Amino acid sequence: MYKILEKQVLSDVIKLMVIEAPHIAQRAKAGQFTIVRIDEQAERIPLTIADYDSKAGTITIIFQEVGQSTMHLGTLNVGDSIASFAGPLGHPTEIENYGTVICMGGGVGIAPIYPITRALKQAGNKVISIIAARSKDLLFWEDKMRAVSDEIHVCTDDGSHGRKGLVTDPLKEILEAKKENIAKVWAIGPAIMMKFVSLTTKPFNVPTIVSLNTIMIDGTGMCGGCRVLLDEGAKFVCVDGPEFDGHKVDWNSLMSRLSYYREEEKMAVEHWKEHKCKLDKEIAAGGK
Amino acid sequence: MAKLEPKERMKIPRQPMPEQDPKIRNANFEEVALGYDEATARKEAERCLQCKKPGCTVGCPVGVRIPEFILAVREGNLPKAVEEMKVKNNLPAICGRVCPQEVQCEGKCILTKKGKSVAIGRLERFVGDYELAHRTCPLTAAPATGKKIAVVGTGPAGLTCAVDLAREGHKVTMFESLHGPGGVLVYGIPEFRLPKKVVFGEIDYAVECLGIQVRNDHVIGRTISLNELLEQYDAVFLGTGAGLPSFMRIPGINLNGVMSANEFLTRVNLMKGYLFPNYSTPVKLGKKVAVVGGGNVAMDSARCSKRMQAVQAKQTGTEPGEVHIIYRRSKEEVPARAEEFHHAIEEGIICDLLTNPVEIIGDETGKVSKIRCIRMELGEPDASGRRKPVPIPGSELEMEMDTVIMALGTSPNPIVFVDADGLERTKHGTAVADVETGRTKKQRVWAGGDVVTGAATVISAMGAGKRAAADMHKFLKGEAPW
Ligand SMILES: Cc1cc2nc3c(=O)[nH]c(=O)nc-3n(C[C@H](O)[C@H](O)[C@H](O)COP(=O)(O)OP(=O)(O)OC[C@H]3O[C@@H](n4cnc5c(N)ncnc54)[C@H](O)[C@@H]3O)c2cc1C
Ligand SMILES: Cc1cc2nc3c(=O)[nH]c(=O)nc-3n(C[C@H](O)[C@H](O)[C@H](O)COP(=O)(O)OP(=O)(O)OC[C@H]3O[C@@H](n4cnc5c(N)ncnc54)[C@H](O)[C@@H]3O)c2cc1C
Ligand code: FES
Repeated sequence: MYKILEKQVLSDVIKLMVIEAPHIAQRAKAGQFTIVRIDEQAERIPLTIADYDSKAGTITIIFQEVGQSTMHLGTLNVGDSIASFAGPLGHPTEIENYGTVICMGGGVGIAPIYPITRALKQAGNKVISIIAARSKDLLFWEDKMRAVSDEIHVCTDDGSHGRKGLVTDPLKEILEAKKENIAKVWAIGPAIMMKFVSLTTKPFNVPTIVSLNTIMIDGTGMCGGCRVLLDEGAKFVCVDGPEFDGHKVDWNSLMSRLSYYREEEKMAVEHWKEHKCKLDKEIAAGGK
Repeated sequence: MAKLEPKERMKIPRQPMPEQDPKIRNANFEEVALGYDEATARKEAERCLQCKKPGCTVGCPVGVRIPEFILAVREGNLPKAVEEMKVKNNLPAICGRVCPQEVQCEGKCILTKKGKSVAIGRLERFVGDYELAHRTCPLTAAPATGKKIAVVGTGPAGLTCAVDLAREGHKVTMFESLHGPGGVLVYGIPEFRLPKKVVFGEIDYAVECLGIQVRNDHVIGRTISLNELLEQYDAVFLGTGAGLPSFMRIPGINLNGVMSANEFLTRVNLMKGYLFPNYSTPVKLGKKVAVVGGGNVAMDSARCSKRMQAVQAKQTGTEPGEVHIIYRRSKEEVPARAEEFHHAIEEGIICDLLTNPVEIIGDETGKVSKIRCIRMELGEPDASGRRKPVPIPGSELEMEMDTVIMALGTSPNPIVFVDADGLERTKHGTAVADVETGRTKKQRVWAGGDVVTGAATVISAMGAGKRAAADMHKFLKGEAPW
């Protein structure tokens, strides 16, 4: 069992937790992820290491409540525990001094892009960050990102904060301005965002690294459920990635695989809400 | 029973195993074979001729004292039967259920030639179940030696090695990448063949009696590396199995609805997907399922599919659908345990033998809709001695399918070899280790089970774990330096 030491509500549907996990914290690096299993009945879900403290033996995760598992996780509180927590999994980001780099985070993707941005900055890169969310209340860690960036652009889809528009707008302008050579771009967010970032950088031949969020089970190369089609054939995201060259990814296949379990996911949420409602009532009745 | 003459013994028929009816069991996940009761077991035990030179023991990869334990069953002395069994095999309730007896002990039984062998596997299971229920043969540890051992992987190889070393008084810690121990016994072999309470019963008992530590969620090579383990432990055993799935190199393998047997079985067994939505991991299965392969993994996938279809048909009020096994050789070459193949047919699984997929075809949404296959015929024997299947030109055919499960064999997962310099591997990715001692090319590291042999059997993995434990113990005592 792994204890939740801290919980922050970053927005209505985005939560942060600091979890006691010395075994993961010891070797965690930017770009790696964990597998979380809440309790006996739960599924195994991948969540990125948003931050780590090897001295304190803790891992920070940030998640968006999109379905049953993440909603359930969101109901846990400080002092509660999760049953399983494995990691650090996947290859770490290759951190070097490349020159000028762009780091892009969309939505909950801001969480995983942060440690990468910080590491790139520490390695001596000039870092331009672009972060975005659908609206102001879904945006978090702007201050933290600002602190590790030389230049930052903030967008929202609805214009409620920063610039109105998509992450690809400032990206395109920077690339077109050709003020300086952009050595590499990192983009993490919804598949659709990573796809369009890759399409934007392609004509400029700027190497673009994306972190893929396929459906996973074990996270160790055992099931192949996480496989993705690249130019050179199928790869397992959990062991060969999670970072890949965005120009080589077959995005349509990736997005179709991501939506394969939609009906079951809906069913799981309904079932869980019903069950939770019943439990809450019982607790309320017991309290009287 | 009075003492019988061999002739009279040979007249007793082989006692059938009580089983769930095929038409009922193909819709539930409960155990198929129900086990002998004591009277039936004793009757079956009467059939053993107590050969002076028992072939069965030679046929057993770990040399279980078969005539001795059967004699004890016959005499009704079950604690003694357990004791005889445990000299060589700590996990009889498991082996009795899953060993391919027909090519091992029972294949060498003198009665095989004269009709039907003694049902050694069923008797073994009977004895194992007795021990699970009564615990007459406690595991005890010798005084502590102060030596620390890391066992990586908690399948049959790792478990056997850990138990034997802990009994010698060494402090054993097991590392497992998944959220619980057991390896293939838990994530691969389904509940209806090997109930998880049997596996957990054995593991919990050993852990409790011997003070073995189990660290789940530890992926060696990621969480901590082999080289780091060697800094903290006196010796390391690798029993990480062969868990890496392979996919056919044919068009369409990335379509929705194509999955590895490992993914399917893990969803169903380890994650208990058959209890969705009470358990959160979904299993998506269509009405027309093709399982490609002919081994135990293929049989388990097909039989789980059949059951999942029944569960889902009940939930949705529809008809269950069909399950096909597509195998490129003929019935004679099917590598699965004879009993599993027989059970699969009984349960209504359709076999397309001498057939090989060449393409998986998808619909406009990227989902499987058909599988294109070619018929095969058997040619000259290949390196393995089996006749090689060759395609018959012009025999291509298409079958409508919505799910394709690939059960094509597995190889060792390479993660454990990260930061493990000096640990030699073959070109198949298996660890190089001495057959007798389990010693690898890296000092203080032993290995055994599927990680060395490639996908094999539970009993061969246990045998390797046992031999390695014996050599590790000698090494730790200073009797067998590296
Ligand atoms: C390597 C990796 C790292 C990840 N890191 C994070 C993270 O740091 N924070 C975070 O919030 N999420 C992260 N994800 C995604 C996260 O794993 C999923 O959101 C989660 O599994 C959803 O589970 P659920 O039961 O709550 O929702 P589900 O019921 O499974 O899904 C609900 C909805 O989300 C979509 N969905 C399902 N799985 C994914 C997925 N993997 N990616 C995107 N959409 C999905 C479905 O299509 C569906 O519409 C990561 C995924 C990977 C592979
Ligand atoms: C579906 C199926 C059905 C089968 N049916 C039969 C049968 O009927 N009869 C029979 O005799 N055999 C059968 N087999 C084969 C048999 O199960 C295997 O040969 C046997 O389990 C091998 O044992 P092992 O201990 O070597 O490895 P495994 O049982 O594979 O255990 C290895 C363990 O190591 C863990 N691991 C792997 N890498 C790491 C790492 N880096 N760090 C930490 N832990 C790690 C794995 O998670 C796993 O728990 C079947 C196999 C399958 C897949
Ligand atoms: S999640 Fe199973 S292989 Fe990647």
